[in-house]
Amino acid sequence: MTSQGLLKTEAMVEQLELMGCIQCGKCTGGCPVARKTELNIRSLIYQMLVEPELDVDTHPELWDCTCCFTCVERCPKDVRPADLIIGLRGQLVESGRVPDTIGDALMGIFRQGNPTGIAREDRAAWAKGMEIKAAQEGCEVLFFVGCTPAYDPRVQGVTRALVRAFAAAGLDFGTLGTEESCCGNEVRRMGEAGLFEMLVEENGELIRSVGASRLVAPSPHCFNTFKNEYNLDGIQVLHYTQLVAELIEQGRLKLTQEVKKTVTYHDPCFLGKQNHIFDEPRAVLKAIPGLKLVEMDRSRERSLCCEGGGGRMWAEGTNLQERLAFQRVREAAETGAEILAVACPFCLLTLEDAVKVQGLDHSLQVMDIMELVDLALG
Amino acid sequence: MRKDWVMEAEPRIGVYICHCGVNIAANVDVEQVAQFAATLPGVVVSRNYLYMCSDPGQGLIQQDIQQHGLNRVVVASCSPRMHEPTFRGAAQQVGMNPYLVEMANIREQCSWVHSNREQATEKAKALVASTVAKAAQLEPLEEREVGVTPGAVVIGGGIAGMCAALDVADAGFPVYLVEQSDRLGGRLKDLNCTFPTLEPVAGLLGPLIERIQNHPQVTVFLDSRVTGVEGYVGNFEVQVTPALTPDPSPPPHSPPPAGGQGGGEVVQSTNIEVGSIIVATGYDVFDPHRKPELGYGQYANVITSLEMEQRLLEGSVAVDGRQPERVAFIKCVGSRDVQIGNPYCSRVCCMVTAKQARLVRELLPESDVTVFFMDVRTFGKGAEEFYDEARGKGVLYRRGNVSEIYRRGERVVLAGEDTLQGRSFEFEADLVVLAVGMEARSDVGELSTLLKLPRSADGFFLELHPKLRPVDTAVNGVFLAGCCQGPKDIVDTVAQAKAAAASALIPLIRGTVPAESATAVVEPELCAGCGMCVEVCPFGAPALDPLWGVSRINYVLCKGCGTCAVTCPSKAIRLQHFTASQILAQVDALVEW
Repeated sequence: MTSQGLLKTEAMVEQLELMGCIQCGKCTGGCPVARKTELNIRSLIYQMLVEPELDVDTHPELWDCTCCFTCVERCPKDVRPADLIIGLRGQLVESGRVPDTIGDALMGIFRQGNPTGIAREDRAAWAKGMEIKAAQEGCEVLFFVGCTPAYDPRVQGVTRALVRAFAAAGLDFGTLGTEESCCGNEVRRMGEAGLFEMLVEENGELIRSVGASRLVAPSPHCFNTFKNEYNLDGIQVLHYTQLVAELIEQGRLKLTQEVKKTVTYHDPCFLGKQNHIFDEPRAVLKAIPGLKLVEMDRSRERSLCCEGGGGRMWAEGTNLQERLAFQRVREAAETGAEILAVACPFCLLTLEDAVKVQGLDHSLQVMDIMELVDLALG
Repeated sequence: MRKDWVMEAEPRIGVYICHCGVNIAANVDVEQVAQFAATLPGVVVSRNYLYMCSDPGQGLIQQDIQQHGLNRVVVASCSPRMHEPTFRGAAQQVGMNPYLVEMANIREQCSWVHSNREQATEKAKALVASTVAKAAQLEPLEEREVGVTPGAVVIGGGIAGMCAALDVADAGFPVYLVEQSDRLGGRLKDLNCTFPTLEPVAGLLGPLIERIQNHPQVTVFLDSRVTGVEGYVGNFEVQVTPALTPDPSPPPHSPPPAGGQGGGEVVQSTNIEVGSIIVATGYDVFDPHRKPELGYGQYANVITSLEMEQRLLEGSVAVDGRQPERVAFIKCVGSRDVQIGNPYCSRVCCMVTAKQARLVRELLPESDVTVFFMDVRTFGKGAEEFYDEARGKGVLYRRGNVSEIYRRGERVVLAGEDTLQGRSFEFEADLVVLAVGMEARSDVGELSTLLKLPRSADGFFLELHPKLRPVDTAVNGVFLAGCCQGPKDIVDTVAQAKAAAASALIPLIRGTVPAESATAVVEPELCAGCGMCVEVCPFGAPALDPLWGVSRINYVLCKGCGTCAVTCPSKAIRLQHFTASQILAQVDALVEW
């Protein structure tokens, strides 16, 4: 790529097999942000196909993609349109042309192992006062906490709720403490392939050395990359809703306290659309006594992305149209639900933000499934 | 030629190197190969010629057989799959046993796959040397024929089955039409009218069904399935079993029916002997529940094209008692979709959609009718003109495959991108019609196993050759008609049905079928009766004689694959035309090369 940001398209077209595209429009048609930004993935693919060069700099909308992968799910020809966005972002990253805040997040991950830039030594601060085994001593289930569940004050409550539930169920689990680094799922999607490879190697080695047979992650983003992009053969990778549903079914987790609320559930993209896990979260909610579950119209495969993925959590000043999260919480309110349940730290933060800004917090509360389980455990 | 005369005489081999235009000659020095061949043991004549398969080419062989007393012929040219019958026929015409002809493939196996002319020529010489070595050991084989039972079974009572049955019956042969439902007409009877003429289906099917029911040569089995097939081309035995309809009040003290079947009725199968079988079992429709993002089953105003046909037949497309103002059609649902597992195009949906869209506009002139498409494939006679007329009547075609559907109030919203505008849209509609594709029937696994019919990757039955043998199958005597072979419209279905009938009639009219002679033969004195050949044969050709305890191979079922010959621990089986000594002679020639 020249210093003017001109990418020769041929190599990437071949590498990503873009010739398979018939320009049907399902990708852009299903893209949640296409209606509010300049991002048109079908058109980008077409330009890659017909033009010998692409000026990547003239496409700042590349940073608007949330990597929800709806385009990948819908494509009838098995082309992976989102991979093109990630590839083009990689070009921008290589030449240092990234939005400031995203650059900061990447630098934080590189230096301190997490995007907030807070010191690595504080990564286990959320566990203060709790007795948790160090996974390095050996355990059956490796509980990979993740950056946001570790550092974000709102989400730390969810992490603690998970620990309480695991302990109540008598699960043999441990965490990696301050040795844990960012899983890299968002790093990869922000285009920093080099950093991602480094994280895969380091984390992978660390995880394998623990010798656990199962790995559980509270964030669907961590879950996604461990399951699909790391090489963790022999280790069963789970999202926490899968493990909690199993513990409830086995009778190891007893939900006795009533939670008499009407709840609607928002399917996170990285859990639902991409990994087809729709039923376990609902099973957990239905196991809570007194809880009434209602469905939004756009549920499961058509769940509306909260816009937290693809590095959007650290993107400032781009894509300033109304956040999708605002529309989503209105959809939730329409069901008459009192609680909007989520299973992802990014969804939790963006949807709660949307509730507050729109002044809906008197009638609608955003809670993680684990927080509801915590109430039911008493 | 008497076998003993041929085998006692010295081999006198004629070798013919074909140029095949430039197909072989461009990469192989055919003159050099011919000169080389002349030096091989037993070769009396060696020539090279432009097109050996042509009349003058064949004439060369025939002349040499007569003038030089040849008793073996080697043609070095294309694959035997192309012209083995041609050269065998040429030899036969001048009185030489066709199995004394052998071919060396120096095209597909040599000139077409190598670019270095020198090396390709050397390889061609090696191939010729080895084939000449085999030729010296070839034996004349008996040419046999099998008698044919006059009659055909047609499986499937839709339009394909009925058209095929009528042609065979009109030619004067008995036809047994087996239909698993309780009436004739297949899926066509559920449709309203057909493109491009828009004539009502009843007008098409009615006369056909009447002719079938009244035809003296046709016997119809309704509510019946084919449950067994034995035999081979010209001599099939087909078992037809009616569907079990349990007697709701079986008489007391009645013994349980034979075969351990429940219910109070004894089911009687019928065994039918015929010479040909035509498979016309049709298709299944794609279930759009498999594309949950389109909301089928969730929203009442999202329906399939078949459900639309039903409504058009009834004369009303109202939704919840109200006439729709905005009607949308979505094409390619369950077709051209690698993710779903149906990568193929279902061929008919573009015309079905154009037809339905046009009819809706005619029914509700105030309505907005939009068709969302990736492509428009209106290819048949009158079809493009029909597409023009549909748009002329106000059907709007917008390019962009709809990505998902959700609800807004009473209406549904189609989310997609108009790829020609380059803009995403949210299109509100009162009624959405999904043009669902065709799939191979889910219940044909059984029939496939019974008939030993292979299927292509998309699940439909596999034709023998996509261009030249569209109605034949790998099983001699079994033919395909209609959508069971692949999606197609009525025009092509009927054409294929008539083609299948014509092919099925060939053995019936001739009264005999030739049996390939390059088959395996058991030497009974060597056979220990172990039965291993019976186990390994994929075609069910060998069987142990119940009286003598030795294996006998049915030469009509035998395909000459050689599996039994190599399996036999007593080396009692000889694969004619590929005997051990012939093959070893080939190997020796190559090793010494």
